[in-house]
This record gives sequence, structure tokens and C-alpha cells, in this order.
Amino acid sequence: KAVKLEQYFCSRYHQPKLKIKTEHATPQLYTALHRRACSTVSTPRITTHYTIHPRDKDPRWEGVEMERFADEADVVIVGGGPAGLAAAIRLKQLANKHEKELRVCLVEKAPQIGAHTLSGACLEPSALTELIPDWKERGAPLNTPVTEDVFSILTEKYRIPVPILPGLPMQNHGNYIVRMGNLVRWLGEQAEELGVELYPGYAAAEVLFHEDGSVKGIATNDVGIAKDGSPKDIFERGMELHAKVTLFGEGCHGHLAKQLYNKFNLRENCEPQTYAIGLKELWMIDEKKWRPGRVEHSVGWPLDRNTYGGSFLYHLNEGEPLVALGFVVGLDYTNPYLSPFREFQRWKHHPFVAPTLEGGQRIAYGARALNEGGCQSIPKLTFPGGLLIGCSPGFMNVPKIKGTHTAMKSGMLAAEAIFPKLTAETLDSETAGLHVPEYAENLKNSWVWKELYAVRNIRPSFHNYFGLYGGMIYTGIFYWIFRGKEPWTLKHCGTDANQLKPAKECTPIEYPKPDGKISFDLLSSVALSGTNHEGDQPPHLTLKDDSIPVARNLGIYDGPEQRFCPAGVYEYVPLDTGNGMRLQINAQNCVHCKTCDIKDPSQNINWVVPEGGGGPAYNGM
Amino acid sequence: LSCKVLSSVVTPCYCFVSPQIRVKPDNTGVVTDGVKHSMNPFCEIAVEEAVKLKEKKLIKEVVAVSCGPQQSQETIRTALAMGADRGIHVDVSGKDYENLGPLQVSKILAALAKQEDAQLILLGKQAIDDDCNQTGQMTAALLDWPQGTFASEVSLEGDKINLVREIDGGLEHIKINTPAVITADLRLNTPRYATLPNIMKAKKKKIVTVKPADLGVDVTSRLEVLKVEEPPQRQAGMKVETVEDLVVKLKEAGRV
Repeated sequence: KAVKLEQYFCSRYHQPKLKIKTEHATPQLYTALHRRACSTVSTPRITTHYTIHPRDKDPRWEGVEMERFADEADVVIVGGGPAGLAAAIRLKQLANKHEKELRVCLVEKAPQIGAHTLSGACLEPSALTELIPDWKERGAPLNTPVTEDVFSILTEKYRIPVPILPGLPMQNHGNYIVRMGNLVRWLGEQAEELGVELYPGYAAAEVLFHEDGSVKGIATNDVGIAKDGSPKDIFERGMELHAKVTLFGEGCHGHLAKQLYNKFNLRENCEPQTYAIGLKELWMIDEKKWRPGRVEHSVGWPLDRNTYGGSFLYHLNEGEPLVALGFVVGLDYTNPYLSPFREFQRWKHHPFVAPTLEGGQRIAYGARALNEGGCQSIPKLTFPGGLLIGCSPGFMNVPKIKGTHTAMKSGMLAAEAIFPKLTAETLDSETAGLHVPEYAENLKNSWVWKELYAVRNIRPSFHNYFGLYGGMIYTGIFYWIFRGKEPWTLKHCGTDANQLKPAKECTPIEYPKPDGKISFDLLSSVALSGTNHEGDQPPHLTLKDDSIPVARNLGIYDGPEQRFCPAGVYEYVPLDTGNGMRLQINAQNCVHCKTCDIKDPSQNINWVVPEGGGGPAYNGM
Repeated sequence: LSCKVLSSVVTPCYCFVSPQIRVKPDNTGVVTDGVKHSMNPFCEIAVEEAVKLKEKKLIKEVVAVSCGPQQSQETIRTALAMGADRGIHVDVSGKDYENLGPLQVSKILAALAKQEDAQLILLGKQAIDDDCNQTGQMTAALLDWPQGTFASEVSLEGDKINLVREIDGGLEHIKINTPAVITADLRLNTPRYATLPNIMKAKKKKIVTVKPADLGVDVTSRLEVLKVEEPPQRQAGMKVETVEDLVVKLKEAGRV
């Protein structure tokens, strides 16, 4: 078979262009044979986006009207997630209380508020209660109080129960299992009632600057650019939204935040952010298996002790036997053959997990990166004209696996810091865009910082010879007993992208085939995410250099993006001439998880926002 | 032809990028809670055509109409952002909305057409959630107006309309009198984007809410849905080596 494959590909047989993703039975063998055949044939053009190929030098754009319509608001918020909406709501609450007029505009790339939201989730209601004390009367979708908390270490066949003693971060008494998309949608409704202008379906594509270098606002995406980068008949420029101050709440690894870090040097005094990828499914299970309010977490199998990650399984109580389950894998993993998606699928077959799912039906799938850096990785939060809120700078409490309450609080603190400056008699600012350093100070003095500081050493403690077990012992001693008061702060080990070892130093992982009942293949999963994009637009997964994927990613690491992308966007397919491979980017599959931008060992992939309205269509994820 | 035009924006329907639609556990319908709703693609084409006619100064005013719950106002806003002048939201919610079918919608449109003294009704050829393809035809019948359905080209000539229809046999060219009902097919035009500045301007345009009862329309359904179920799972196929094998297998399966 190996010889046959080699003969087949080394021939000059012309192949039709592969448009559909094919699941190769032995991808490692296939590509290993291929690495020799990788020719120095010129790389076919992959990236056509104007951020890589500027339009002012492009003859096809000569004479096209590039003027943009501009409008003014007091505050512009980028991102309609918990942080952005909490900030918007708090701003309007303050404006109404002090009887001031405040124009707050929020732009969100999802077609509806909540459609790009994905989270476990076990919500700690503290921030919500601070923001909207009567959330219950107003119908907030917190319907499932946690009734039992189960923690396990899994081995291939067995389960070791771990007691959740009170005081441990993963104890969930008083929390609610929620469908975060529904909560975000409800927050959107509350914001609209208060007079916030919400604009779902419009992505912030560009940050605008005043002449003095401060942030002036944002511009939404242009529409009507063809796949090859040329203007279509229906081309229209995006719109500029100017504001006195702009809040950036793009969620984990935001693309505009990435630009701001560089422009304002916001990361010079903090560690690089570290991440994980979370994959999630919703299942309608057999009623007999349903235990509403039950929270299950596990670590261990199928990951080895040196790969951070674990699972969650939450039984919702909203009138039907619905279960939210998923798997998280730390993106500092070293083996390029690891596939977070396939780890998730095989975890479901564990004897402790499979019985819950037997007889059930999977109804949703999705994935998103999440941050794990804790307070060591929080950048500078303010700059002239803007602030960073929510998971974008990253306030997740990793051992608790909760970041929503801290994200919302950061939004609220931002609003409270900005408000007096916006409504002051004289605009007290050296720069045209307001600088509000008070936000960062207030955050440092709030419970958010205290909480994150106490758990700061738990995640880094996993980087020891005993891996997972060393980390758990560290947590037990220093967090449970000493509450994080130890005088040292452990470091992370560098960026996630740098952790991959070359493929030749690693062993390919033999994943079991999906059985179609409990575990599934990638494409049917992607279909369930409801993701779609306007086909005729430049791929938004842009490459700084089109030749690097085959030369480096495939050559050294055997193309890890084929495995870490949870949506099948990246495929190495044979060239039309038969000699060598090329990277095919199926941009329409993208679920906006940002993992590729984070984990690409060459850091060549730059995720930019596609036309607004595209992306997944999550419903209460 | 200077007249008011009633451009129909059909009820917001499931956008085709929705995740798998599920049947409700009690088999009475499909789950609609939280599913992404937006303007029917064929209706987008109809709105675009109406706006184009207005830009050519062939019609005076474009009115966008949608029947449904409060959220259908968003669909009207999108139509206003594309260039419609004002909107009418016919408020139908809850059980009435679940049972709302082409007959009731066409009665509503007929009543509105008379009230607004419209000369042209433009609709999408069918909604992509129920695929009925009936509303345009029924509206024309109720008003006793000519209809030009599956239009892929529309041009006005005096007080007549030249239409090219896409039919199974090819392209049919017809000429109809006004007032008329036209339903839009895929190749009629490419709808423009509703850009953000236009969405903001659309917030200032008027949307009037009326109830079906105000128009003298009874929305009780004449149909009773007995059961909704998922299509049967696709069975695995079988490969056979010879024609004789095929005949044997077909006989075994009782198909021959």
C-alpha cells in the first residue's frame, strides 16, 4: 500500500482540484511520504486579503470610492459578549441615574447577539447580581442551580473520584449551569431596553486613530470584495464610528486587540498569554439518565499527564433532558499529532461518560479558545482613547474554569471609570481620545484581582515532571491550605506556539474511528455549528507568507493545523501537478475559535474578521 | 408609471445557515426558540427590485410589510435600510403565528393593498422554511389581479409590465396589466448589503403596527398539522457486481 501511494503521487497524473475535505486514513504515513516529494514549485496564491495585499497598490482598486461615512458616539464597544454588554448596561444605568445623555453603540460580528457565544458554563452570579440585582424577576435564564459536584481522575478504563472539599476552586455551590448564549441574548435585551444601540452583524474591522496617536474609534468591515480580492459591483465601504473612548471586548485573542498590543506596547511588562481550546456539544439524552443540576469534571484520560486539559459535563434543567459537555486541551501541548477534536470524541467513550450519552442525540457542536494565563499575562489595560475588557485581556480563573463573572465585572468597572470623565464639564485629557487609567487601578483593587492573584500559581504548577499530579498536589497545598498567599509567582513557559516539538521527535497518536452514535467525524460536527460565510470573499485566515505552511508547518511539524482546527479549515492537499502539497484553506468552515492564530508554530496565520454576519450560528451554547 | 408600490417582505423565516432543525419532542412542529431568523432570501431580491424601480423613478414609494411577532420588525428595518420608505408590521404572535400560512398572509396583503391603494405587490417566490410557493398566487387571486411569478426580469412599459418567467420549459416572456403581483426568483437581481449607516438611518423611518383584525382578516387556520417528523435516516447502500445480482436483490427487497 505504501509503495502504491508513492507511485500514485509521484506520477504526473493530473488530479481534479479537491474541494471537499477527505479524511485520510493514515495521514501521517501519507504526509511523511510526501515530505520528500515537496517540491520547490512556486506556491499557489492563497491569501488575497487586503491586510496582506494593500489596495492602494492594487490596480483593480483604482478609482474605487473609498470614502467612508462617519458617525459620532460617546462610547463605542467592540464585542457583544458578557463584558461588552455589562459595560454598556452599566454606562446606561449611570447615565439614567445622573440624568445625562450618553450615546453608546455596540458592534458585534455575530448575526444575532449570542450567536457566537460558547461556554460550558457554570456561572458564578456575583457580577450579574451586582449589575442587575433583580435579574430573577427580569427573567434571566439562570434556571439550573448546581445540585451536585463530581470530580474524577480518569484512567483508560477506570475512574478515581476526587472529593471536592469546600474551599477548592472547582466547588460550585451557589452557582448556576447556564446556556451562555441565552444569557448573552438576555443581556442584549436588557441593554436595548436601556437605550444602548446594538448592531449585530457588523464587525469592527479596523481601529481608527487621531493624529496624536490616540484611538478615535473603529471602522466596520467593507462588504462586496470578491474572493480574489477585487471589488464586486455591490462593494461598499464600512462605516466609521468615532467615540471619545472605545472599549474592546472581543473575547479571547481578539484580532483588533492583537494590533493594539503592538501599537501601544501593552504587553511589555507581562508574560505572553497562554490558552486552551474548548470544544463543546449539546446532547438531548435519555430521561432516565438525566440528573438536573449535576456538574461533572474530569482530568486524566485520554490526555497524558503532561498535557493540560480535562472535561466537563453539565446536566441542564430547562424542561428537557439537555446536557452540555465538552473537552478542554491546553494549547501548550507539545505533540503536533495531537488533535483536540479527536481527544474530545474518544473521551466520550469512557465507561464513566458513555452511559449518559447512550440513546441520546447530539444537537449542537462548537469550539472556542479560552485564556489560561491568569494575572501573569494581563497586559496594560488602558491606552489613549481605549480600554480592554473581558476575556480579551483575559480574566479567567483557570482552576474554577470561570471567566464570565470577572469579564462582566471588568466591563462594569470600565463603565464606572469612564462615566465621570465623559460627563465632566471639561474634557480632561491630553489626547483627543480619552485616557482612563483609573479603570486599571480600580480593577487592581477589586475582587477580580484578589481572586486571580490567589490562583495565579495553579496553572503554571503543572509544568513539572509529574505534570497533572504535581499540579494537583500544588493546588491542594498552596491553594486549599494557604489560599494562594505563597510569596512567589510561577512563570509560564513561553508562548503556546513555541511549544510544539518537530514531528520527527513525536509519535503519531492512533485515534479510534468515530462510531456515529457517541463519537462523530469532524465534518458532521462542523455542520452542526451552523457556520457559514459569504463564499465570495477573501479568506479571512490570512497568511503573512504563503510559502511557509508547506515549507515549515508541513515540513517540520507535519501540518498541525489540520489537527488543531476544530472546523476542518486547513487541509494539505496534493498539488494539481501531482508533485508536492499545498495548503487549502476552507474559510467557510471557520467557527471563529482563534486557535490557529494562537497555535501556528510559525505564527504565520493572522485571523482577521470576515464580513459581519458570518460565522457560527450557535443557539444557546 | 407613478404609483405607490407595496413591496412585500414576507415573515422572517429560518435562515438556511441554521444548525440542524429539530422536530419538537411532541411532533407538533419544529423547535423555533432561539433559531436564527432573518429575511427570506427571495424576499431580499423582491425588496431590491422594488428599490431599483424606485431609483429609476418608475414607482413612487416602497412600503415593506411583514407579518409576525415583534422580532419581525428587524426584517422590516433591513428592508428600510435597503431603501424602502416605510414599513407596516402586522402583529401576529404566539399560536396564531405558528399557524400562519399563505392563505392568511395573502388575505392580509390583499387587505393592505386595498388600504394603501397599491399598484404593485412584489414578493419572494417562496419562503425557505415552508417552501409553500403560494402566497403570491393567492394574493393575486384574492385581488383579481394578474400575476407574474418566478420573475427573472421585470421591466415597466407604460402601464403594462414585461416579465420574463423562469419555467421548466425555459424562459417565458409575458406582458401583464397593472395593478399586478410579481414574485421574485433567484436570478432577478443581486440584493445590496444593508450597510450600517443605512441601518442607522432606517431607525428614523416609520414602522406602523397593525393587527389582522384591524384589516378585517381572520387568521384562524383552516389546516390542522397532524404530525411533524424527521425524514427517515438514509440507509446505507449496497454495491453489486453484476446486473443479475441487482435483479436478485431488488426482488428480495420486494421492489420488483
